[in-house]
Amino acid sequence: MTAPAKFVGRSVPRLEDRLLLLGQGRFAADINFPGQWTMRVVRSPVAHGKILSIDAHAALALPGVHAVWTHRDVAHLPPIPFRLTGLKTLEPYRQPVLANEFVRYVGEPVAVVFAENAYLAEDAADLIEVSIEERRATLLATEHPDLYEHPYEKLTTEASVLQKAYGDIDAAFRGAHAVVALELSIGRHSGVPLETRGAIARYDEARDVLELHGAAKVPHWNRDTLAQMLGRTRASVQLYEGHVGGGFGIRGEIYPEDVLVGAAALFFRKAIKWIEDRREHLIAANHSREQTHRVRAAIDAQGRILGIDDEFFHDNGAYMRTHAATVPDLAAAMLPGPYRVPAYRAVGHIRLTNKTPCGTYRAPGRYESTFVRERLLDAIATKVGVDKAEIRRRNLIGKSAMPYALGLDTLGTKIVYDSGDYSGLLDKALALADWQNLQQELHRRRQSGEKVGAGLAMFVEKSGLGPFDTVRIEVKSDGSVEVVTGVASIGQGVETAMAQICADALGVNYSDIKVIHGQTARIDKGMGAFASRVTVMCGEATRMAAAKLRDHLLLLAAELMQSKKDDLDIRDGQIVRLKSSSGPSMPLAELARQHPLTAEATFESSHMVYPYGVHIAVARVDADTGGVTVERYAIAYDVGRAVNPKLVEGQIAGGLAQGIGGALLEEFLYDDAGEPLSVTFADYLMPTAREVPELSILVTEDAPSPLNTLGLKGAGEGGANPVGAAIASAIDDALQCPGAITRLPVTPQRLKALLAVR
Amino acid sequence: MTDKTNITLTINGRTHAVAVEPRRTLADAIREDCGQTGTHIGCEHGVCGACTVLVDGEPVRSCLMFAVQANGKKIRTVEGLADGDTLHPMQQAFMDHHGLQCGFCTPGFLMLAVGVLEREPDMSDEDLLDVLSSNLCRCTGYQNIIKAVRAAAKEMRGK
Repeated sequence: MTAPAKFVGRSVPRLEDRLLLLGQGRFAADINFPGQWTMRVVRSPVAHGKILSIDAHAALALPGVHAVWTHRDVAHLPPIPFRLTGLKTLEPYRQPVLANEFVRYVGEPVAVVFAENAYLAEDAADLIEVSIEERRATLLATEHPDLYEHPYEKLTTEASVLQKAYGDIDAAFRGAHAVVALELSIGRHSGVPLETRGAIARYDEARDVLELHGAAKVPHWNRDTLAQMLGRTRASVQLYEGHVGGGFGIRGEIYPEDVLVGAAALFFRKAIKWIEDRREHLIAANHSREQTHRVRAAIDAQGRILGIDDEFFHDNGAYMRTHAATVPDLAAAMLPGPYRVPAYRAVGHIRLTNKTPCGTYRAPGRYESTFVRERLLDAIATKVGVDKAEIRRRNLIGKSAMPYALGLDTLGTKIVYDSGDYSGLLDKALALADWQNLQQELHRRRQSGEKVGAGLAMFVEKSGLGPFDTVRIEVKSDGSVEVVTGVASIGQGVETAMAQICADALGVNYSDIKVIHGQTARIDKGMGAFASRVTVMCGEATRMAAAKLRDHLLLLAAELMQSKKDDLDIRDGQIVRLKSSSGPSMPLAELARQHPLTAEATFESSHMVYPYGVHIAVARVDADTGGVTVERYAIAYDVGRAVNPKLVEGQIAGGLAQGIGGALLEEFLYDDAGEPLSVTFADYLMPTAREVPELSILVTEDAPSPLNTLGLKGAGEGGANPVGAAIASAIDDALQCPGAITRLPVTPQRLKALLAVR
Repeated sequence: MTDKTNITLTINGRTHAVAVEPRRTLADAIREDCGQTGTHIGCEHGVCGACTVLVDGEPVRSCLMFAVQANGKKIRTVEGLADGDTLHPMQQAFMDHHGLQCGFCTPGFLMLAVGVLEREPDMSDEDLLDVLSSNLCRCTGYQNIIKAVRAAAKEMRGK
């Protein structure tokens, strides 16, 4: 008898790939229904103003144009509610489905056209005349707050101020040997998936069900919310996730367009299809990241941190969308990172400006606050005259301090680093990058005139947000296995990873397993895919359900095979006898034809799990052009347990590319009137194969999480988290000018300006 | 502008007689009029390359070509790459090297790489990198795409 196949820990090929490679994926734009109408959104051309009139006569006169809606037609719909971190004080700033009286950013939906097809709908949208009395646009979150015009409340552009603190911060600064103070800014950029958003709604009168296709990320929450907004029961609204062309945090939240197609399908009794174009995406889908921090550290003579005091300004754009205070909250909560910070205070000003509203983007809040913290560590190193690695080693939280309660909370959980060996990973990362020899090599190159240097950044990530995940597993009559989950797939390989976990726990081949996700009709509750939660939460629930089902199967089989349960095992989809090799085995299919074979399990967790990592970048500056080339890059990341190492590495590599975008290339820029300047891929520059360097990745499993059986931690965001910090550190080194980089992205123009004043 | 013209598009060896407005893009015609949705539209201004197809053997951004311009020409899309159940070496290499995640940009990369390597099988790694940098991927960070294309190039040369 052969040993049972083990799938967890192996880089098996993805179950998702074949369909996608054959061109048989079903993305939002691929979905069509007979007789559907196309929806086109008319968007505000000005950043801030009062709507005087909207004239749709010419549009409605076009043959094939069915209707035009403005706010009046949807006035009964509430603004879009918060999904996470929803503070009461933020509620007046929620976004209406269509602009009501005021427009607050270029791109805000003011009307929608329904027409026979996309070409006609676009023609009609061009004919709609929107007359707006322009107001001054607020474009800087660091300015004194302005008045925020509202129909019935007196508001300012400072929506809220959040505070997070522990320890005696004033005493820390009073007793400090020295204080290091910096002002640092992170530019406005975002996930920008290759597939734009899309939503297709269809009302099935016979079943009285509103179907929404093109769902992603959090289908169950969106079902519940859309049902509430549209005044329907949960069961009469169903969401269907097809293939999703990238998520990164921004895709799959409820946006005005999702509500509009649903409301229109109900009203007109027609299937309504909306597919975003790229310009729309760049001005209408969630932006992210833009923050300015004024941070100070109190240190002792050896550069040990005594306290960190941070005041920051978060530019959330024109409205508070579904994420509410999530991004600034995470920035404040995760800023201390892997270091011992005895006293801490963060004050975050959540400000509204006349730009596209914001939400989360891969490593939300952490890309920002890791940049701030790691710039601070580099500045402390300079202050006390030790190197970048040594200053970090002096401040890292020790392995013996785990689990480590930080004394802060976020996303409704207390932050407790569950496990970690931070200095151990630092050593491994330095070895991976050959740090000592690298320093000498770079020194030699600088001697011969090159501007080249190395940067280092460390971080703690969070992952596996609860509170629960439920999984139901069934063995079908043909012996195949179906795993029904409440999570979602945004391209990260959920089907493969869940199948691997189920395969091991149940005793079947992973390729015989079909994993269902994103289908509200198939499972009543689900949490979706965000916060690097799927592999951890759904993975553990899958293991639990599979173990339960295995027990059930063996009990049934024992009776039929006249054996003891403990003498049987399931291997490669067969129930086999352990003791005697003579007796026949039984295929699962045979058992499934006689009994319903299904089990369900729920995994609950009130704490997140915390992976951690080290990034090392080598960058070269071209003094003539101001261009930065990232020559080499090394990442060490501890994920507790890697279900599929190749997929984990894929997540890390993809995150790095996005991190490089935010560090050097990508930025949503505006002119003085609030007109967006980054509205095509010729203006908003994403990294190509030319800008992403060769990468050494070390995935370690030194600190399995004690909070789930397999020891899993999430892998989705560690590739992106510290990239801005590591590259800034490398550029400083290349210029031999510590602290030179205070703002991301480091564009050629900014770097040229920096070189000119030096 | 809305008057329709009768044209014939030959996609993966099959002819489609369709009536299109002069302004209709080839991408829309392939997807909507001929039902071949494997070709994806990512930007509609010729930068991302997700809509890349081969027209008479040349990689073309199908969002930047009008359908009428492709009248009578031979078009190849991702749906035509595999030979029955056997994946094209380029498709197989993308699977082997984890060259795709969400899969949205993948058809464009496949067609770009296949088109270029069929014309120039001995292209240097450096030139290949230049070619691949003309399409955008947001998930993989490119390294696995580069590995996959180089591996497939070797495989294609061997045949």
